[in-house]
Amino acid sequence: MTLDTAGTSSARGTDVLIIGGGVIGCAIADRLALTGASVRLCEAGDAASGTTAHGEGNVLVSDKGPGPELALAQFSRRLWPEVLARLAERLPEEVAVVEWEPKGGIVVATTEAGAQALADFARGQRAAGVRCESLDADRLATAEPALTREVAASVYYPDDAQVQPIGAAGALLAAAAGAGAVVETRCAVIEPLVSAGRLIGVRTTRGPRYADIVINAAGPWSGPVSDLLGAPIAVKPRRGDVLITAPLPPTVFHKVYDADYVGAVGSSDAALQSSAVVESTRGGPLLLGSSRRQCGFDDRIRPDSLAAIARKALRLYPVLADVAVMRAYGGFRPYVDDHLPVIGPDPRLPGLWHATGHEGAGIGLSVGTAQLVASALAGETDEVDITAFAVDRPAVIGARSNQPTTAKASR
Amino acid sequence: MSPSMIPPDEDGVGRADRPLTVVVDGVEVPGVHGQTLASVLLCDDRSHWRIAPTGGARGVFCGIGICFDCVATVNGIPDIRLCRRPARDGDTVTLQSRAPQEDRTAGLSLVQAPGTSEAEA
Amino acid sequence: MSGSGPEAAAERNHAGPPLMPHRHRMNRHVVVIGGGPAGTAAAEAALRHGATVTLIDSNEALGGQYNRRIPAAYGVRRPLDIGHGYRAAARRARGLVEHPRCEYLPWAAVYQIERHLDGGCPAVRLLVGVEGDQRTHRVVQGDALIVATGAYDRVCPFPGWDLPGVYTAGAAQTLAKTQRVLIGRSVLLSGTGPFLLPVAQSLAAGGARVIAVLEANPRGEILRHWAARPWQLRHSAGKAKELFEYAGCLARYRIPLRTSAAVVAVAGEGRVQEATVARLDENWTPIPGSHTTVVVDAVAVSHGFTPQHELAVAAGAALTAQGFVRVDENQRTTAESVWAAGEITGIGGAQVAAVEGAVAGIAAAGGDPAADRALRARHRTAEQFVARLAAAHPIHPGVLTWSQADTVVCRCEGTTRGDLTAAWARTAGESYRSTKLATRAGLGPCQGRICAANIDALRAQAAAHPGPASTDDRRGASDYTPMGLAAASAAWRPLAAPIRLRELADLDSEGQS
Repeated sequence: MTLDTAGTSSARGTDVLIIGGGVIGCAIADRLALTGASVRLCEAGDAASGTTAHGEGNVLVSDKGPGPELALAQFSRRLWPEVLARLAERLPEEVAVVEWEPKGGIVVATTEAGAQALADFARGQRAAGVRCESLDADRLATAEPALTREVAASVYYPDDAQVQPIGAAGALLAAAAGAGAVVETRCAVIEPLVSAGRLIGVRTTRGPRYADIVINAAGPWSGPVSDLLGAPIAVKPRRGDVLITAPLPPTVFHKVYDADYVGAVGSSDAALQSSAVVESTRGGPLLLGSSRRQCGFDDRIRPDSLAAIARKALRLYPVLADVAVMRAYGGFRPYVDDHLPVIGPDPRLPGLWHATGHEGAGIGLSVGTAQLVASALAGETDEVDITAFAVDRPAVIGARSNQPTTAKASR
Repeated sequence: MSPSMIPPDEDGVGRADRPLTVVVDGVEVPGVHGQTLASVLLCDDRSHWRIAPTGGARGVFCGIGICFDCVATVNGIPDIRLCRRPARDGDTVTLQSRAPQEDRTAGLSLVQAPGTSEAEA
Repeated sequence: MSGSGPEAAAERNHAGPPLMPHRHRMNRHVVVIGGGPAGTAAAEAALRHGATVTLIDSNEALGGQYNRRIPAAYGVRRPLDIGHGYRAAARRARGLVEHPRCEYLPWAAVYQIERHLDGGCPAVRLLVGVEGDQRTHRVVQGDALIVATGAYDRVCPFPGWDLPGVYTAGAAQTLAKTQRVLIGRSVLLSGTGPFLLPVAQSLAAGGARVIAVLEANPRGEILRHWAARPWQLRHSAGKAKELFEYAGCLARYRIPLRTSAAVVAVAGEGRVQEATVARLDENWTPIPGSHTTVVVDAVAVSHGFTPQHELAVAAGAALTAQGFVRVDENQRTTAESVWAAGEITGIGGAQVAAVEGAVAGIAAAGGDPAADRALRARHRTAEQFVARLAAAHPIHPGVLTWSQADTVVCRCEGTTRGDLTAAWARTAGESYRSTKLATRAGLGPCQGRICAANIDALRAQAAAHPGPASTDDRRGASDYTPMGLAAASAAWRPLAAPIRLRELADLDSEGQS
């Protein structure tokens, strides 16, 4: 490549500069490039190499109780197949790698207390429009033959889906690039460029980049990036690990989770939390999760996390006891104390927006977030009220909130 | 000619083979104490005992447990590297295959299951 | 120096006088991973310097690959008559097993290295037992860690290399020496490096006909590198003697040794039946018209070695550009409290590994390796040997012309060269991770151990001839690792060995069991 497009546009500036090439940044880049905006995406490492690369690719509605995040999840879930269909017209091979599987999810409670909590939770979700139905023991056994029979209750959510997360982000980014977005990897932000109290761009390791709007979509690094920009937001890393088994013949057919997360009260607990997530992949290995721990950016894979994931997986699928785990990896979710993403303009610094804090739901919420951002930038409202995710809330920019945190955990 | 043991009387290390028997997919196969299960299968005129995902045959390649070509199920435990597994009298070996699956949705998926009118509502 | 007590008795059991006065001895706990020539030498040296040692090895008996033993259950009468250096290795092994300050863990699979937030020596998590049996959890925490996990054969792909009947040279050697199994009665050996010779000897001694030993590199180049400045190799007299023995073996069994030649393809019905041999130019490109077909039972290949450095990487050690563990003159890695020795620091064979192990053992035990001038001299020669070997037996880029579009590159997942180049053309040569994703190459059970180096080499070639322009940032050519060696990212394997779910579940909340 000999044309220095980067240099030319850096002098002119783009409409939008996105900081972060994970699934959120890629989705926004795609959506804004579609509107004809000039877009630049700056990623400090490689595209989709952070949180996006270390998750399971969950697109879920099942784990969210009624509220703004559920509304965003439902909205985003509806958009996903539409976005993929649009992408497939010009990028069929990229979309194939997304491995979109609307396989549905089954939540399983193995105790009576868990069953009651699950029933209450599902009732509330149903009232909010989530499709879910109880499964009796026979239907559950037919759907998941290898699952334990010691089940007190189970609920099926047909709208839960799965993607290959790197594939998904890659397809969105390819579409964005195809529509004219400039993508710069190995390009880290150093400091803000401010003029008359307005953010007009950022200085990066590759030089200055000017834009009318800068969007902080740096995932768990959104906090440090926001510090750099002089508008700190309280997005923190929350560690999670995933186990991958040796390839198996077809054994698990849906996304299957235990109901522990429903009854969990201390989901803001910094100590290790885990709840089972079991799913198959096209290549044959099973993905096993999940764990949560607040430990800064400590990226060691800790044995107690692996042990907890293994124990919970075996409680649901005792037949997997002798299965070999051949790989483990982990990543950092972007976590906010009040468990809601941060989407919208920063009131303290005109020109700065944030689109982050999606905790473990970033893949699923990405295209919905991108749609909300596009609408809001155009001065329009959309199906979901973006103000629910406003930057200006105590958990994000205030002092520590005195309001009770919502007891909730997303996967 | 397939792999074979050096005949005991021609072997300079002075052998005193003690026979054993393992069962491979229901068939009795003779071996010698000290052999790995990989050796037992190789010497049973089996140069391969597994099919890789795109159809290729796999037996022993690296011989020291790095390549995972030689895996099989031993006494019910899957994915055992036979080149690292000492053969024991009575071991049951079940061969594995990753041949392209005819039907990857062998279990009934609720998405396709009949009578799911509620789910489709 | 006389004295009583177990320590003094142990000192007397070893050849040579104690090396340090009693008052300087520090009772450090040295953990050694790997029981081959490097690891056993390290353990021995650490013990002589007063350390307590935990020696962790994955096999039934000490010896690694070079001195791999016939399993005891065979009950053979002359188990040491299978190769070079076995008597000395057996003596060393017995000394370690019986040493009161040495805890020896055979059948031990290290699945994780655990670094601590406050630094210090990492902990070693392992499972003791035969895989599939009930294994026992152990966590070993020492003051110093020595990683000596060796290397395994590197095989560059060629058409038919995934057919049954194609083995690594190491497999042929292990089967012949320790299982008394010949991979065939009519065998072709192909690759590069002197390690093909002991394999030829084992096969021939067992009664197989070794059709030929094919060395891909040119005779002139090999001799030039080995013969230069012979004084630098003056401590390698033992190695020279060993090589003469192999030469004698080739003569005795009338095994032709051909240079600038290689097996470039094999074919057969469901298994190898014939091999295509070609003469190579200096770049390893087959010379047109030089191809001949040879009927074979089996082919054994080694294009060099890939170091098994993942545990060192997990411990925080940095790698060299060639993919070996970077060490200083005391075999210390860049990671605190971590040393490395043997093939993971550079391919050199058993004698070199033993010298490096001794240096590492002394240093890890808190001693000063430089104080032993004879050892220091042998160490310098060892480094020379490693450099000569690398210079005399490199892999040349012409090897990439051997494989075709339908040649399998990832054996586990069946990814072909054509799959890879198509994916790269689409993604314009992005990182290894993207390749994995688009094609599943490297995501199978071996986790890239066999294919990563080959994929890197193909990718480097693809980068030199890029596809359609991409708006994405293009990496500089210097970002690609040199020919033939695995990238550091491919070695990042937090779980180094398979572990069963119920074994993981048995770890208690503290991560112990």
